[in-house]
Amino acid sequence: MSDEAVENSEQTDGAPESEESAEEVKTPPGEDLKEVVESAFPGAVLEQSAYQDDEDEATFVVGFDAIVAVATHLRDHGDSHFELLTDLTATHYPEAENPFEVLYHLYSIEHNRRLRLKVRIKDGQSMPTVSGIWSSADWMEREVYDLFGIEFEDHPDLRRILLPDNWGSHPMRKDYPLEGRGERIYTKPTRKEIGD
Amino acid sequence: MVGVANVSRIEQQSTVHGTEELVINMGPQHPSTHGVLRVILKLDGETVNDLDCDIGYLHRGTEKIGENITYTMFIPYTDRLDYIAAPSNNLAWVTAVEKFFDWEIPMRAQYIRSMVGELSRIASHLLWLATHALDIGAMTVFLWCFREREMVLDLFETAFGGRLTVNAFRLGGLHEDVPDKFLQLTQEFADLFPSRIDDYETLLTNNRIWLQRTRDVGIISAEDAMDLGLTGPIIRGSGVRWDLRRAKPYAAYPYLDFVVPVGENGDIYDRYLVRIEELRQSTRIIQQCLEQLPGGPVTCKTPRTIKPPEGEIYHSIENPKGEFGFYIVSDGTTTPYRVRIRPPSFINLGGLKKLCVGQLVADVVAIIGSIDIVLGECDR
Repeated sequence: MSDEAVENSEQTDGAPESEESAEEVKTPPGEDLKEVVESAFPGAVLEQSAYQDDEDEATFVVGFDAIVAVATHLRDHGDSHFELLTDLTATHYPEAENPFEVLYHLYSIEHNRRLRLKVRIKDGQSMPTVSGIWSSADWMEREVYDLFGIEFEDHPDLRRILLPDNWGSHPMRKDYPLEGRGERIYTKPTRKEIGD
Repeated sequence: MVGVANVSRIEQQSTVHGTEELVINMGPQHPSTHGVLRVILKLDGETVNDLDCDIGYLHRGTEKIGENITYTMFIPYTDRLDYIAAPSNNLAWVTAVEKFFDWEIPMRAQYIRSMVGELSRIASHLLWLATHALDIGAMTVFLWCFREREMVLDLFETAFGGRLTVNAFRLGGLHEDVPDKFLQLTQEFADLFPSRIDDYETLLTNNRIWLQRTRDVGIISAEDAMDLGLTGPIIRGSGVRWDLRRAKPYAAYPYLDFVVPVGENGDIYDRYLVRIEELRQSTRIIQQCLEQLPGGPVTCKTPRTIKPPEGEIYHSIENPKGEFGFYIVSDGTTTPYRVRIRPPSFINLGGLKKLCVGQLVADVVAIIGSIDIVLGECDR
């Protein structure tokens, strides 16, 4: 164990050195993309971060009312050109003031780079849809609605996708029990509902 | 565009002859849906007017499971996602978690990872070709492909003990070094396999029936493919030269020489040609791995408990089906706070409607085959 502790400390010692060398360059990841966004929508990027200053992990936090405009701009602007919506998902932080994070992973084939957009919303608050920008968002938004209960306004076909239509709860929320009573809130459909 | 033209034709017909739309169910036990996929088709005669996919029959809550177990414990669960190419899923998970750390993975492990990844690509593409050809009516290809797939599964068994769900890799490298017999058998397989690909091609590539069923069917343009988020051989069949092994290299791919094949028309036939060429390139990669395979350890020194620092990462690899990625949020403990699987089959299947509307009902089977879906990973 002591060897491992030494190994760990060496690794953590190594990390700040690389950060120092990055500081000399003084450009946080995604700075050029931030300029692309800010040139059209000043103040749209509320926060900027990246895990260990990795260029692929550049993350912008955007307001929920600005997401459609920012996403459209990022897709169409020549310097960003994010033609693929790789992934759309959410994370639940029950303790936070805005407990839901909706995440958009963008990828540009032309520039070979990634960007993550993040929107923080309250419980019960609905999101604007991006399925008008990328058709691939259609199913992914349905999945987020199914598993997290976040509604997307103006979505063409917002139904549950993985779970049965009458499931009754949203299992990817952190307060969903793993076992025991309340594990499955499944109401047996009546004959009337089936249409029999 | 085709769909719009059809609708007006139906309106004309229905006023004259009184025809009506026919709704039929395909699946979930239909053999051509490659698993438990239910497709609700709305037909006008033989033309597909609209369709709706009903998925989720195989939903096991894998993401939720991942949030309640440790990083190492989740590796076998990834086997059960795309179970046709289990080592690829393992590779995606271990490389994603390793992104949190700055471990130096030994080169021998990296080469073996690439080699096994390519073997799993061959296994996946062989199963695709076998079932796809069977759907369209070519029985011999099915038998031939399974003969070679059996050889690949034997290789997995020699190296890792398992055949289908192999649990191949560990965080930081491999569990243990592969036996010499594995390398020897892989060499024999790599020498033999190109001639077997030629055999498949003699049955299909210039076959008139195959051409009639696949050419100009299920066409998707590059722009539409990007809009729908399609990845893997489908987007390459539409002429986009994009492969994550090239674009964002992982494992030993920076040191390996291979060609990324692309199609021109984006029809089923082009996707077929792309995958056939990928089989050849995979064999080439395996040959190079065997030639360049360095000695030395197969695992780096990792802490006994894996505790990534706080943060969030997204990492994806080129699975046989497309981009397979993981978004992981770590809260600094031994279990991930959030695990998100970016499933290629799920997102590629989302494009099925666009591909099928306006086509004939018999082509739906061919188009589903050409997307190459695995419901285990689609439903998670």
